[in-house]
Amino acid sequence: MFENLDLTKLIFGRLTWDAIPFHDPIILGTFAVVALGGIALLAALTRYKLWGYLWNEWFTTIDHKKIGIMYIILGLVMLLRGFADAIMMRLHQAMAFGDSTGYLPPHHYDQIFTAHGVIMIFFVAMPLVTGIMNYLIPLQIGTRDVAFPFLNNFSFWMTTGGAALMMVSLFIGEFAKTGWLAYPPLSGILQSPGVGVDYYIWALQIAGVGTLLSGVNLLVTIVKMRAPGMSLMKMPVFTWTSLCTNILIVAAFPVLTAVLGMLTMDRYLDTAFFTNDLGGNAMMYVNLIWIWGHPEVYILILPVFGIFSEIVATYSRKPLFGYTSMVYATVVITVLSYLVWLHHFFTMGSGASVNSFFGITTMIISIPTGAKIFNWLFTMFRGRIKFDVPMLWTLGFMVTFVIGGMTGVLLAVPPVDFVLHNSLFLIAHFHNVIIGGVLFGLFAGITYWFPKATGYKLDEFWGKLSFWFWLIGFYFAFMPLYVLGLMGVTRRVSHFEDQSLQIWFQIAAFGAVLIAVGIAAFAIQLIVSFRRREALVDETGDPWDGRTLEWSTSSPPPPYNFAFTPRVHDLDAWWQMKQHGFQRPESGFIPIHMPKGTWAGIVLSGISVVIGFALIWHMWLVAGVSFVALIGTAIYHTFNYDRDYYIPAEEVERIEAERTRVLANV
Amino acid sequence: MSEHTHDHDHHDADIPHVSLKEYATGFVLAVILTVIPFWLVMGDVLESSTTTVMVILGFALVQIVVHMVFFLHMNFHSEGGWNMLALIFTLILVFITLAGSLWVMHNLNVNMMPGMMD
Repeated sequence: MFENLDLTKLIFGRLTWDAIPFHDPIILGTFAVVALGGIALLAALTRYKLWGYLWNEWFTTIDHKKIGIMYIILGLVMLLRGFADAIMMRLHQAMAFGDSTGYLPPHHYDQIFTAHGVIMIFFVAMPLVTGIMNYLIPLQIGTRDVAFPFLNNFSFWMTTGGAALMMVSLFIGEFAKTGWLAYPPLSGILQSPGVGVDYYIWALQIAGVGTLLSGVNLLVTIVKMRAPGMSLMKMPVFTWTSLCTNILIVAAFPVLTAVLGMLTMDRYLDTAFFTNDLGGNAMMYVNLIWIWGHPEVYILILPVFGIFSEIVATYSRKPLFGYTSMVYATVVITVLSYLVWLHHFFTMGSGASVNSFFGITTMIISIPTGAKIFNWLFTMFRGRIKFDVPMLWTLGFMVTFVIGGMTGVLLAVPPVDFVLHNSLFLIAHFHNVIIGGVLFGLFAGITYWFPKATGYKLDEFWGKLSFWFWLIGFYFAFMPLYVLGLMGVTRRVSHFEDQSLQIWFQIAAFGAVLIAVGIAAFAIQLIVSFRRREALVDETGDPWDGRTLEWSTSSPPPPYNFAFTPRVHDLDAWWQMKQHGFQRPESGFIPIHMPKGTWAGIVLSGISVVIGFALIWHMWLVAGVSFVALIGTAIYHTFNYDRDYYIPAEEVERIEAERTRVLANV
Repeated sequence: MSEHTHDHDHHDADIPHVSLKEYATGFVLAVILTVIPFWLVMGDVLESSTTTVMVILGFALVQIVVHMVFFLHMNFHSEGGWNMLALIFTLILVFITLAGSLWVMHNLNVNMMPGMMD
């Protein structure tokens, strides 16, 4: 059997020079820019001898705060990629009318809209949400780290590994041309024989490991590690919404893993789960992926509801109105989010009984959500509102999200959905809730907690500029899509004949440019704030007169978060402590037990990426060897007993004395 | 749980005390519950294969409970009730997923593939 053995094929599988898109000037140009930028970055890191610092202080760290920051950096970097895709589509659609074919060939355009969706959900929204949860949950519940610190580092690197594999598809081979959920039969081996769908599958599977494990980790952290006295109904609202989000992650992501696993078997092993023949049923894929997909929507929005709750209470200088109802609304949404998945495919052919059941459950879910909106409104009512940047994002959210919610209720009516399904109305709706809800909330949260993480506040002017450009840009970019959708224009179209539609696409493209200015303003805000960090410094650790425990620490908090575990007596623990004239303990420190950094997370993730890449290109030898290496490394790591250390009492005393000195000078 | 400060030496307190007898009981039950389905299939004991499948499914469910009680040491109050809560939540979700998918796909077949339903 060895006479036909081709060594090149054994090692490289189906990877050949043809896989590099030399023929496409756009991709080649991008590659040149990315390569030059990458080389410049690597050279700068070497020049300023930062490798050791990055490796020891960041890459191998298992401090939940640093991991949280790395998640947020990952999300912001991927936002640039996802937005580049968005603006390319907007420009293309504004041009491609009648005789003009636009500047993107259809096969490239199809990859762009797929990549845009995948990146924005999996590698922007998820890392940003996870990052903020990672940073804040231990601080809000008064503990020193998450339940499984090493797992946390590993989760982060797996998510990053998935993102890296996704980025590789830009320059080696292609990405899926199927839309962001890769429905079969289009994503089956017959319709998509190339590597695109395989990149999609393995990038999501690798990142999915990270998401699932981080969900387990944060769930256990909240359940088991709360400070003494913090009963469930004394938890900050953000912690509550995070708890529900992580329950959803743990319950929903295995479904995604399984359904992608079945698609993988269909593509690699000739099984027939979702094929058109041999008894397969493609509709089962749609059914299963939305059983994951709808909870996923709430995985993104629930923590953001928590962020808004914290911000509204702080900037209105009042306790949150209706804390209990907020908690119950969150729990109800958690359960109901599992009962609505069919509204994503009303038109697939179910009968009236099924469609009306899921239509009604969908409308019911707007009740707890509406209750939340009223809670925020009543919190603001007669409050002393300070219109700082996080509060602006919150107000922008409340207006925008309500519009998106109402169009959502429209789509929940099955007969209406038959008209609007897969139209640009749908696109406008979900961007309305994801940008107006999730993204605005993430920006609000980043601005709000930025001083906590870095020790200085963000510049107000550039923050406001970013907000207004995002808000106005959003309305310009997506309101025309509602109009187009009502006129029957479908999504994912790369060329139009009807010239009368062009003006709407041009308005939308103008909106995208405004959003680009908003993103640029945000980037400038980061740079300006860094340069002005002396003036913007936060020495109190509590710049906004906050209510929850994270504001009781210094900014940034010491590695151990709390020298002594705080005791909680009330909701809004830190506010209550301030009211009662809380005195910081200044003596009696004891050594603090801490987990030690490890190389294992980044190495295991790196090997996983190699496995993924090898499986995509059918390099069976490489895949096999690296799989053995993965298992071997994981086992080897279990023999590492050097996992913890003590921060000596003198060191704790030194850090706390420094804080006492700073506080005395404020 | 919330009472003791989080010095890492206290973790043992949460682990339930279990005996060899419990494991042995579980093991014997698991073996019995495995052997009977094998016997049902290999000996062609029941006439209709549908009945056999149903009976095996029943044994599988009992098997799950045996594992949870004797090997995972779950009961109504372990881990301060969190185990029970998680179990109930899981059961609800599994029920929704399975029953929902069956209902949706059956309804699709009735509407779209009437030929298949004869």
